[in-house]
Amino acid sequence: MEILKPAVAGTLESSDCMVTVEPGQGKVNLDLDSSVMRQFGPQIKKVIAETLARLDVTDVNIRVVDKGALDCTIKARVEAAVYRSNDIRKDIPWGGAIK
Amino acid sequence: MINAVGREIPDEILRMTGKEPFQGNSYKEGVPFRRYAPIIRPVMDNTHNKMVKDIHEALVKCKAHNGMTVSFHHHFREGDLVVCMVMEEIHKMGLKNITLAATSLGKAHDALVPMIEDGTITSIQASGVRGKIGEAISHGKLKNLAIMRSHGGRVRSLVTGETKVDIAFIGAPTADEYGNLRGVGGKSNCGVLSYSHVDGDCAEYVVAITDTLVPFPNFPAHISMTKVDCVCVVDAIGIPEKIATGAAKPTTDQRKLMMAEYCTQVVVNTPYFKDGFSYQTGVGGASIASTISLTKIMEERGIKMGFGVGGMTKPMCDLLDRGLCRVLLDTQAFDLDAVTNILNPKHHRITAGSYANPFNKGAFVNKLDYVILASLEVDVHFNCNVVVGSDGIITGAQGGHPDTAQGAKCTIVICPLLQGRIPAICSEVTTVTTPGESVDIVVTDYGVAVNPNRPDLLKALEEADCVPLKTIEQLRDEAYAITGVPNPVEFGDRIVGIIEARDGTIMDVVREIKD
Amino acid sequence: MNPAENPNKKRLRRSMMFLNAQKPGLIKDPYVYGPDSIMLDLEDAVAVKEKDAARFSLYHALQEIDYRGVERVVRINGLDSDLWEEDILCSVAGGCDSIRIPKTETGEDVKKVEAVVEEAEKRFGREPGSVLIMAALESAKGVLNALEICTASPRLFGIALSGGDYTKDLQTSITGTGVELMGARQHMIIAARAAGVQCFDTVWTNLNDMEGFRKDVETIKMMGFDGKSIINPRQIPIVHDIYTPSQKEIIFAEKVVREIDEKSAQGIGVFTVDGKMIDIAFYDGAKRTLMLARAAGKYKGDL
Repeated sequence: MEILKPAVAGTLESSDCMVTVEPGQGKVNLDLDSSVMRQFGPQIKKVIAETLARLDVTDVNIRVVDKGALDCTIKARVEAAVYRSNDIRKDIPWGGAIK
Repeated sequence: MINAVGREIPDEILRMTGKEPFQGNSYKEGVPFRRYAPIIRPVMDNTHNKMVKDIHEALVKCKAHNGMTVSFHHHFREGDLVVCMVMEEIHKMGLKNITLAATSLGKAHDALVPMIEDGTITSIQASGVRGKIGEAISHGKLKNLAIMRSHGGRVRSLVTGETKVDIAFIGAPTADEYGNLRGVGGKSNCGVLSYSHVDGDCAEYVVAITDTLVPFPNFPAHISMTKVDCVCVVDAIGIPEKIATGAAKPTTDQRKLMMAEYCTQVVVNTPYFKDGFSYQTGVGGASIASTISLTKIMEERGIKMGFGVGGMTKPMCDLLDRGLCRVLLDTQAFDLDAVTNILNPKHHRITAGSYANPFNKGAFVNKLDYVILASLEVDVHFNCNVVVGSDGIITGAQGGHPDTAQGAKCTIVICPLLQGRIPAICSEVTTVTTPGESVDIVVTDYGVAVNPNRPDLLKALEEADCVPLKTIEQLRDEAYAITGVPNPVEFGDRIVGIIEARDGTIMDVVREIKD
Repeated sequence: MNPAENPNKKRLRRSMMFLNAQKPGLIKDPYVYGPDSIMLDLEDAVAVKEKDAARFSLYHALQEIDYRGVERVVRINGLDSDLWEEDILCSVAGGCDSIRIPKTETGEDVKKVEAVVEEAEKRFGREPGSVLIMAALESAKGVLNALEICTASPRLFGIALSGGDYTKDLQTSITGTGVELMGARQHMIIAARAAGVQCFDTVWTNLNDMEGFRKDVETIKMMGFDGKSIINPRQIPIVHDIYTPSQKEIIFAEKVVREIDEKSAQGIGVFTVDGKMIDIAFYDGAKRTLMLARAAGKYKGDL
């Protein structure tokens, strides 16, 4: 998917994360700030990268501010932000690109 | 060298401190020592004046010098003004290499960080350090080792002479001109002065700092004029609303209520719950809720508490007022109810030494049946960490944790399984502060684990069928299944602090955090 | 699977707890509180502009969080919205156990949902008939059509009263006395029993009045309700306590089940237990008592 416009999903509440996507400069550029960076930083980066790959997003500036979200929440917020950047709110490929 | 809780204590640290590695709770049992006593300068002159006009004069009179050790208490908690006030004066005088030996340091002392950076303060000894000072130490800004020791361990370090305090500053809610000090009254009422008694006994010079001078004699004195060199009056020693807040409202968080209920069930279904039992608890939401639900069962079964000890809160005072507890032995007032309840003649002040010092002829903690504690982390060996956050930053205090855990017949640690994404029940705690041999039962929102070295307690709880029993490994596995296995925090090589066991041996080291 | 024979239709549902599907902190481990069912809400709790984000959150929670046997119901948006079909697709794909239809007014509403559920089961490879439906009645019309709604689909396991909207429709409000709910409650429980499905009461929202809540639950238990919708985990132990049979009831139920098993094998139809006349009509009630006792940890037997 292409990132058509800036979009945000999620909150800064505990156990949540806020994901902002913007059109990139030809690659995935991740800016991660996490309250559990020391313990889970690599795992969070991996989940974000895998989620973007499933959505076929290859060109994005993505900023994630994490407040101790579980992997399932990180995936959900990344997906919500990417689909919002395309104004898509229906006919989501549940069980396909979303899994 | 690997110590008794499996922690590597580098030889260099053992050499530098002259300490031994921790070798188990009973290692120093019965080992004799001679008590340290300070030099006393007799006062017979009946015109002798102890009043000084400011802290500067007190420092001069008490021969303040480079490399000295100064001590403070933490009865004013988050509202303390004394430590910063004195340290600022020391800083102004240009003194360096000061050892700050406080009973505890917290957010009220964030302003000291620049003095750590510029070499005014080069050593810190405290129960623990919250706030910015903790961060500074973890980032390697303190020149020498920080020593974190329990309340009982601190008394031991003073009475053995391991820590020699040059000047003790005792913030006193009321004082008279001759140095009789009380923890009650005045503008900064904190109820008790328990932690300062040993400073009065062991420091070379003792300076009383008060904002409320009262007529002589300020009696009965909690700390006697016979131990005090100078009395200094200042505008304010504390911020009252931060010293003791109103009693915490009973929690409505069902998770805490569940843990409280498990804790209460553990207490009432283990063999020490009988008339005359003894009990200590903390200020956390679950601890307070547990005391409230315990009260109901005590009433139903006609069981009264023999004594309650330690830091006091409203629910403990209520027990006393309702005749459900014979005496309260108070070392610290956590809320305003506790501060005012101390007027009850059965609510007694005790010193930190009689409370928890392992090196006397028997402290109150040894007579405890139950203690309810909290912890940042508990590992599968039942070791607890109450000082270093899971991110590797110093953020808490030992307080009486290791003292009461060792002393009590049944030590219960309440700890939610997860703190956000951080599993609180883990394979190895970041830093060991209380050894697993002291910890009997861990209560979480996911179930209750009993230390395998207490089959008697496990049997009692199995028979009562009152709580969901799990092994500590099961709890850890459940936590990891939810969060994923956390990476161990990466530390630098430099050791910035040590966790001292009650007996003065080294329980663990704290390393500099890697950024 | 024939949905009518889905064993989950008759499962124990004393406490059904609403949770905002959009709040990670709420949905990550509500099972620790021990509710029988959770109702992950895509409807009222979720702001209009967060409906899309809530679905992603819901989908991954259903897929990845082990809810440890707690029933996972999803409350979808109303059939008057353009959201409910996507809600069902997301929920069924995620693996939910049941769909709660809000503002149900007719049997036709249930059939509309049933069709989309059936389609979704096929599309996402779920076992046909595995996803159940419950209907919330939130208007005078819905309440009056209770029997029609209860019998509209073999997937429908029960109906729930939604008191807030219902009392507005009646031109009154929730008073705390229960007077305004009396007719709906009575009508719904009768309709549900006539159709052989379960019946659940509305939420109690005043968390400062736990005594009132207790009385409310006692009332609906006496009326025959299977359970209550709840909004806070603090309400769970109270509901479960009220739905826990006494020791005396458990012992009696055990005797009844044993005696009926034995006597019917011998061809005896009517007999006495502890001086009470008993026949086969007591069987289901006694079984249910033992099920409630087992759920509360008060019965460890094998009946």
